[in-house]
Amino acid sequence: MTPIISVANLSKTYGSGFKALNGINLEIRRGEIFALLGPNGAGKTTLISIICGIANPSEGRVTVDGHDINKDYRAARSMIGLVPQELHTDAFESVWATVSFSRGLFGKRKNPAHIEKVLKDLSLWDKKDAKIVTLSGGMKRRVMIAKALSHEPQILFLDEPTAGVDVELRKGMWEVVRTLQASGVTIILTTHYIEEAEEMADRIGVINKGEIILVEDKAGLMQKLGKKHLTLHLQSRIDAIPDSLAAYRLELSDDGRSVTYDYDTRGERTGITSLLGDLRAAGIRISDLDTSQSSLEDIFVSLVRAS
Amino acid sequence: MNFRAVRAIYLFEMARTWRTLLQSIVSPVVSTSLYFVVFGAAIGSRIAEIEGVSYGTFIVPGLVMLSVLTQSIANASFGIYFPKFVGTIYELLSAPVSYFEIVLGYVGAAATKSIILGLIILATAALFVPLPIMHPWWMLTFLVLTAVTFSLFGFIIGIWADGFEKLQMIPLLVVTPLTFLGGSFYSVNMLPSGWRTITLLNPVVYLISGFRWSFYEIADVSVGLSIGVTLGFLAICMVMVWWIFKTGYRLKS
Repeated sequence: MTPIISVANLSKTYGSGFKALNGINLEIRRGEIFALLGPNGAGKTTLISIICGIANPSEGRVTVDGHDINKDYRAARSMIGLVPQELHTDAFESVWATVSFSRGLFGKRKNPAHIEKVLKDLSLWDKKDAKIVTLSGGMKRRVMIAKALSHEPQILFLDEPTAGVDVELRKGMWEVVRTLQASGVTIILTTHYIEEAEEMADRIGVINKGEIILVEDKAGLMQKLGKKHLTLHLQSRIDAIPDSLAAYRLELSDDGRSVTYDYDTRGERTGITSLLGDLRAAGIRISDLDTSQSSLEDIFVSLVRAS
Repeated sequence: MNFRAVRAIYLFEMARTWRTLLQSIVSPVVSTSLYFVVFGAAIGSRIAEIEGVSYGTFIVPGLVMLSVLTQSIANASFGIYFPKFVGTIYELLSAPVSYFEIVLGYVGAAATKSIILGLIILATAALFVPLPIMHPWWMLTFLVLTAVTFSLFGFIIGIWADGFEKLQMIPLLVVTPLTFLGGSFYSVNMLPSGWRTITLLNPVVYLISGFRWSFYEIADVSVGLSIGVTLGFLAICMVMVWWIFKTGYRLKS
């Protein structure tokens, strides 16, 4: 299947000489939820701005469903809905007017039924006649999403969609995003909340210092890079880890009743079998065990540190 | 051509006018009425006729131009500056609209507004003084041409301005003086010859002269020259707007 967005060799140097993007190559698959992770100033917003036509690239080429974003900007842009990071809204317009305006701006025929559906999906229907200035921050964020969805885009960019949004509302937004994906919309989101990417994304890209350092399926990424922890609960308390087990670098809990062993699923051997044998030899008996996997956050932090 | 986008921008801008009716329509009408009371009735009665026209009547075209010029610039500059200021410009830049369509929407709305305003002021003036219009079509042509040209000029100022101070600077420091010295309240022929020559460098002279000619057939300069200078200024503004969008000046990084 051809990618819906294709970014080739994209670089961006600002007038100040700051190189925000450096030779980015990226393909977004049709219908996926792609999470772009990166620390502040990594180039996430710059990348989105270029694809959406807000900033000019210095080098490279971007196509959206085969349309070059410069030569064929109308076709490219009419497919894209953008929800920027900052809350940019008109103040004195009504919710209904501003969302309808967006639809017109994107050249779509009036369709009050669609606008109504969008507002209802985002729990904004009872605010449709309210002036935007009277809305809370979370509502304004949803108004911006409604504007982006007003023209029925096939691609939706969400730049930090849940920044400053409370937990309940965040869950609600995830629901909206999943519904959109089910209807065939491709979604690209940037986020600081790793749990958001972990919860939502099909694939994850990590960007740092203007370069894409990794693109992977989420599941594959977590399996590939994920360290696992084996926690062994002991039948009786021990004061120290016997010298015969030093090679396993076990960590003893404060109460002396459990030890934790870190192992790598990528390795040929995990070392678990021999650990259990050596424990037994040392006379330590086990009452229970559990394993846990490192979160995406741990993976992310180690990747960014390494790059 | 994305007509729906042009329409959306145009209606959005016009909606802003109706929301700020007091500021955009009522206040210019009130201030123009004050000019009539002061210059037309109070002082004007002591001033001799100019080229066969009473002073109160003579100043009408100049006063209309004064309002149309300043309001065109104010409307158009604010219209495009405000989205830049609050950040909503992102939507305009990411929409499938050409630069021409953006300009058409914003400048069209600003010009419409000042044309309506000009006509209201004319109607107000007709309540105070006799107001013959010898060439109504030419009158409308000058009105529309001036409104469009200066809305375009205002659009340029709105793009260029990166603060509210700059937004005010050009209208206050350049346009208002040029309009006052451009023959709104007097005939350029009344000036000593040295000053007259200097005054002819002021483009607003040609606008007011041509506009006044369409009312009373009296003019400081020939009508053809008036049209020519106006079209020339329009062309300069168009080139500047074309350059702004071509380079993304103050719009795109």
